[in-house]
Amino acid sequence: MSARDEVGFHAQQHARWHWGEFVFWIAALACAFVFPSRYLIMTDIVRLALFALSLDLILGYAGIVSLGHAAFFGVGAYAAGLLSLHGIITEPVIALIVAGLAAMLLGFATSFLVIRGVDLTRLMVTLGIALLLEALAERFSDITGGTDGLQGIEMQPILKIFAFDMFGKTGFFYSLIVLFLLFLLARRVVHSPFGLSLRAIKNNPLRAAAIGIPVNRRLIAIYTLAAFYAGIAGALFTQTTALASLDVFAFERSADLMLVLVIGGAGYLYGGLIGALVFRMLQEVFAAITPQYWQFWIGLVLVVIVLMGRARLHRWVLFLPNLIITQLAGRKAVVAVPEGESDG
Amino acid sequence: MTSVLTNLFDGVAYGMLLFVLACGLAVTLGLMNFVNLAHGAFAMAGGYICAVLVNQHGWPFFAGLPLAFVSAALIGVVLERLLYRHLYTRSHLDQVLFSVGLVFMSVAAVDYIMGSSRIFINLPHALEGQFDVFGVGIGRYRLMIVVICGLLTAALQLVLARTRFGSRLRAAVDDPRAASGLGINVPQVFAFTFAFGCGLAGLGGALSAEILGLDPYFPLKFMIYFLIVVTVGGASSITGPFLASLLLGVADVAGKYYVPKMGPFVIYTVMIVILLWRPNGLFGRTSAR
Repeated sequence: MSARDEVGFHAQQHARWHWGEFVFWIAALACAFVFPSRYLIMTDIVRLALFALSLDLILGYAGIVSLGHAAFFGVGAYAAGLLSLHGIITEPVIALIVAGLAAMLLGFATSFLVIRGVDLTRLMVTLGIALLLEALAERFSDITGGTDGLQGIEMQPILKIFAFDMFGKTGFFYSLIVLFLLFLLARRVVHSPFGLSLRAIKNNPLRAAAIGIPVNRRLIAIYTLAAFYAGIAGALFTQTTALASLDVFAFERSADLMLVLVIGGAGYLYGGLIGALVFRMLQEVFAAITPQYWQFWIGLVLVVIVLMGRARLHRWVLFLPNLIITQLAGRKAVVAVPEGESDG
Repeated sequence: MTSVLTNLFDGVAYGMLLFVLACGLAVTLGLMNFVNLAHGAFAMAGGYICAVLVNQHGWPFFAGLPLAFVSAALIGVVLERLLYRHLYTRSHLDQVLFSVGLVFMSVAAVDYIMGSSRIFINLPHALEGQFDVFGVGIGRYRLMIVVICGLLTAALQLVLARTRFGSRLRAAVDDPRAASGLGINVPQVFAFTFAFGCGLAGLGGALSAEILGLDPYFPLKFMIYFLIVVTVGGASSITGPFLASLLLGVADVAGKYYVPKMGPFVIYTVMIVILLWRPNGLFGRTSAR
């Protein structure tokens, strides 16, 4: 077997569906029936998971550090809100896609700014774009509703069949289905040759360019895709809460998102999903202890995680799941941060 | 015409204040290559300590200022020794996460201790009001800021360029390994510089209570401004960030005065354009570190 075949073989092995993944999704679906009174927070988790998945695509796979990912979330949120408010597109699914495309357009336009320069410039540019959009949204308050946000959004039934109910049941299933579909797409993307080339770029852009990978074009592509995902997450936010206000662009949102991804682990698709779950749980616990000052504890978690080392943390967090998987399936666990990429 | 000059003066005062606030960051971020988003937290600490001393314990304002410097520097040196130094060699992502965590903690902690409303520091009467110079209104407080910050800048430039410590710092930054080979205690130099930068931020925080407004969200609100100063100014010298601060100060004041509706829009756009045009800063070295 030549080296080339071997790479292909391993890539295919890696891309195969593992039964642990089925368990994960069945468990996610089961939650809907086990906790029927918690639809709102579960929807929130699903939304956050999708948003984290989006950041994972650029941070975990392509190595672009972004401090302003909320920009796309916000654009998606406002786009969905405005489409519904002015009755331009009333059907939620189409509005969702259009909102995602709006964010995608912005992602494509700004990707040219982001691929230039090193980490620090990227940080500044992404942060600057998010702040810029926040300032714009505040400036054009006649369109965005300013600090009050968009008010009076009324969602039509999904596909004209499933109406949103006040308990958030429809919203939850809707979000979960969207997450699952987009997850499938992301899974396909990261296991494709395209996804492999992204990892190569992340590990060493210079070497990747030397073996013929068009680095800039790949980065633009993944950044645009991630913007689409974030836009969808934002649109889901608006559609399930019937609310869009200035804080969709807030820096805290981008920073929290990083924490989500750090908790779950960047560089594998389930990182964002697990991170979203753990993050919301933490937030609930902290808010229960000190309602107003939960941010302190979130900050403490961040500091502790970084000081302990993210790689070590994941070995601990994933110790039990991995143990179960290796014991029962007798093979390497799928839910693990790939070696040597955990420091990205 | 005179209002233009008054605005210009206000802008210069604002810019100088920004410089004092941010020049510590110019060293950590620009020279030591450490992304410290928590720099504003030290400024806030200095500001609040000064406010407590002056308002609640009746200290004179000019005694509160040095204490703001000293206390922020102390906090800085403790944190540097305990936490920051472990992260010098880590990736930018780790540094960002760590410092964002610190910001969140500081915001919540100050909110808890001091409340969430904006605080003011009682100023001596001599600093209130303004006087006219050939018809140009000059605020006394702003004049004091210009004087203090101007002196500090000159002193900094002298220390960096002329003293033994300055040359040690420059050597440690240029090549830490060679510098330690020559017997320079690099960690000590960095720790001292870090603490000094935090002290300056604390002093700036105390001075800015009157102009920028001091509340628990200070580190978040002005984080982008500090970053702009450093990234736009570059870090190869003190002059770069200084000019960038003045530019930012004047542009921000003028923007708020002449096109108030555009808000901070102008500043962010200019920053992004400059970063794209010259990724190493307007006055930075051309070679990437």
